[in-house]
Amino acid sequence: MDFLFETWHWSISGFLIGIIMLLLTYFGKTFGMSSNLRTMCAAIGARKSINYFDFDWREQRWNLAIVVGAIFGGFVAYYFMNDPSNFKINPNTIKQLDQIGIASPNGNIAPNEIFSLEVAKSIKGFLILILGGFLIGFGTPYAGGCTSGHAISGLSNFQFPSLVAVFGFFIGGLVMAHFIIPKLF
Amino acid sequence: MKLARFFIVGFLFGIILTKSEAISWFRIYEMFMFDSFHMYGIIITAILTGCIGINFIKKREIKDYKGLPIELISKDKSYTRYIIGGTLFGLGWALVGCCPGPIFILLGTGMLSIIVIFIGALLGTFVYGVFKDSLPH
Repeated sequence: MDFLFETWHWSISGFLIGIIMLLLTYFGKTFGMSSNLRTMCAAIGARKSINYFDFDWREQRWNLAIVVGAIFGGFVAYYFMNDPSNFKINPNTIKQLDQIGIASPNGNIAPNEIFSLEVAKSIKGFLILILGGFLIGFGTPYAGGCTSGHAISGLSNFQFPSLVAVFGFFIGGLVMAHFIIPKLF
Repeated sequence: MKLARFFIVGFLFGIILTKSEAISWFRIYEMFMFDSFHMYGIIITAILTGCIGINFIKKREIKDYKGLPIELISKDKSYTRYIIGGTLFGLGWALVGCCPGPIFILLGTGMLSIIVIFIGALLGTFVYGVFKDSLPH
């Protein structure tokens, strides 16, 4: 049963994600996580006078059920299937991170230098988190999808627009990782 | 009960993404530094699996579980929105190391600072909704 605790191999993980997408297709739905943000805005009362939020969010309850399931899945995987050997990244990356003052994972999902509660309470730390979230929340509906909707669903169905979007994801990601993050920390 | 099957799909999705470590800031950073094949392998295998499945559905005209024909939505043709929106999302993806799915999954791991990212994401979508018609698509 060791495999439950170890880091899952990329081929197993990728295959299972593909199956999730196909399963949803079989259920008559489209795999896409970012549209939940729009649904939530509408559900918590974004004004109906704004066209974008003027729709019956209840029709998207199936996707919200996926969100609730995903939260439980994260809980179970993290508290019952974790192992100190997880999150072993390339030593080169660790060296790079060390230079900008971010410690190696050591079994953590994410660096304390960005995600610890103390950092989140500082002005700079808070602004980084809220800005990161804002870019995700603003960028995905603008692009019409995120990693699940474009990279997985879109590319599987040979959608050229999805390829353009994924190209955009990488322009943004590469600029951030190579040029902006080293200056931020 | 109609929602139960979606809850289960989400539950499995949460476990898969956590165990594959695609929810980790470190993995996303490593991917953008081109230091590991791990994330690329996940995305490529998922697309290949999806491709084979979608092709099979199209060729055999497979019906969904209700017996209705499966509709595959085509994305609108454009460059502007995909490049601008995609780049903005990419900046956020690399900065806080998560895309929309993992934001929810990470909430389940009890990482409290994710709540700030989540609120930021809701704000971002709200602002997009307000200005949608005046933005170039």
